[in-house]
Amino acid sequence: MEKRLDYPFDKEKLAELRAGDSVLISGTIYTARDAAHKRIVEMIERGEEPPFEIKGSMIYYVGPTPAKPGRPIGSAGPTTSYRMDSYAPTLLDMGQAGMIGKGQRSQEVKDAVVRNGAVYFAAIGGAAALIAESVKSAEVTAFEDLGAEAVRKLEVENFPAMVVIDSMGNDQYEIGRRAYNNR
Amino acid sequence: MREIHVDKIRDAVAEMAVEVNSFLSDDVCEAIASFREREDWPIAEDILGKIQKNIEIAKRDYVPLCQDTGFACVFIEVGQDVHLVGGSVGDAVNEGVRRGYTDGYLRKSVVKDPIRRGNTGDNTPAHIHYEIVPGDRVKITLAPKGFGSENMSQIKMFAPAAGEEGVKDFIVKCVEDAGANPCPPIVVGVGIGGTFDRAALMAKQALLVPLDEENPDRYYADMEKELLERINRLGIGPQGFGGKTTALGVKIKTFPTHIAGMPVAVNINCHVSRHKEVVL
Repeated sequence: MEKRLDYPFDKEKLAELRAGDSVLISGTIYTARDAAHKRIVEMIERGEEPPFEIKGSMIYYVGPTPAKPGRPIGSAGPTTSYRMDSYAPTLLDMGQAGMIGKGQRSQEVKDAVVRNGAVYFAAIGGAAALIAESVKSAEVTAFEDLGAEAVRKLEVENFPAMVVIDSMGNDQYEIGRRAYNNR
Repeated sequence: MREIHVDKIRDAVAEMAVEVNSFLSDDVCEAIASFREREDWPIAEDILGKIQKNIEIAKRDYVPLCQDTGFACVFIEVGQDVHLVGGSVGDAVNEGVRRGYTDGYLRKSVVKDPIRRGNTGDNTPAHIHYEIVPGDRVKITLAPKGFGSENMSQIKMFAPAAGEEGVKDFIVKCVEDAGANPCPPIVVGVGIGGTFDRAALMAKQALLVPLDEENPDRYYADMEKELLERINRLGIGPQGFGGKTTALGVKIKTFPTHIAGMPVAVNINCHVSRHKEVVL
């Protein structure tokens, strides 16, 4: 059955999660994708404060559609994660708790996940209307000029995700496919 | 000569933009349902069920199926007995995209320059492909293309000696290389022959073919079937977590080519395989 992961995303809670676990995430998460990651990492390299506290943060790789009137957010499914691979280790080494996206990650990201006791989750790509139902509020907190790529602070309730890379370095893309092919 | 005002093209594009992003066509819905019935891997069956639920919610709330509402790919077939009046067709298409994406709460995913970036703010310009055809009608097809899957597409200029096996192996390898990235289950569009650019165009146009439509050429109909079976034996499965549903369909388009060559392009689409057409 589904496990729960509630904010704050402590290392102890993350350590209990295993690749393949279905998890319902609740609490504060931040959105960032390609352009926002580039800016955040450049800010860090210049010694500036990033737009939100990286330590303990959960970053959702998403660029949502604009919210229709009366709704907190538009459709909001995950974007492909590998494009963030060159930035993710820097953030993980600063204590980022986890990432939500879709698709395979590089060995460098996996190593950084294990090194820091973090977790990489996947949400169902293309199920953006379904996933948006778990978003209760959304507020642009940085890089408004980036439009869909701006950083948003989201409050989510029972956000459906699956653990892909756990803090031990297990990778569900490898495990799941191997188990299916050996069934 | 029949006259058609370009405003009609503008309005058709704007209307289709919103509809095509919220409603999935019956052939795709039916393919997902039928693959779900045959799926015996629990996580795969579960994910296909959630994908179906997403289709229901998007339809019920009239919201986009996917947050990547795509690069607007527009195919226009203009009958040679038509006189388009009232301004530039390209401007009309772009105005339609601008209105559809802005008024319809769709994501603006286009940047001004591939290297220097910078969002254009209204999802323009569209990628427009024109074709002059016999008759006095204008057919407009809008196919918003998400880039999670577009990025997984490949093209290769084969020597003719590679033969049928070389082509088939390349297509399967493209899907294998893509893995979980393009949001499987995917639709695979293939263009074989022509020139470098023609092959890529045909691969994209192959994605416009309804999944339940059989290739009129028996040889390629059999190849599509064989490729679909091979791809679905890879075990990638829905979202890459294992299962038999890696692709919903493989569609091939071909064109005569040069004695020295055999171009093959593979354009991958996700399960939110969107396209809609209107005839004016």
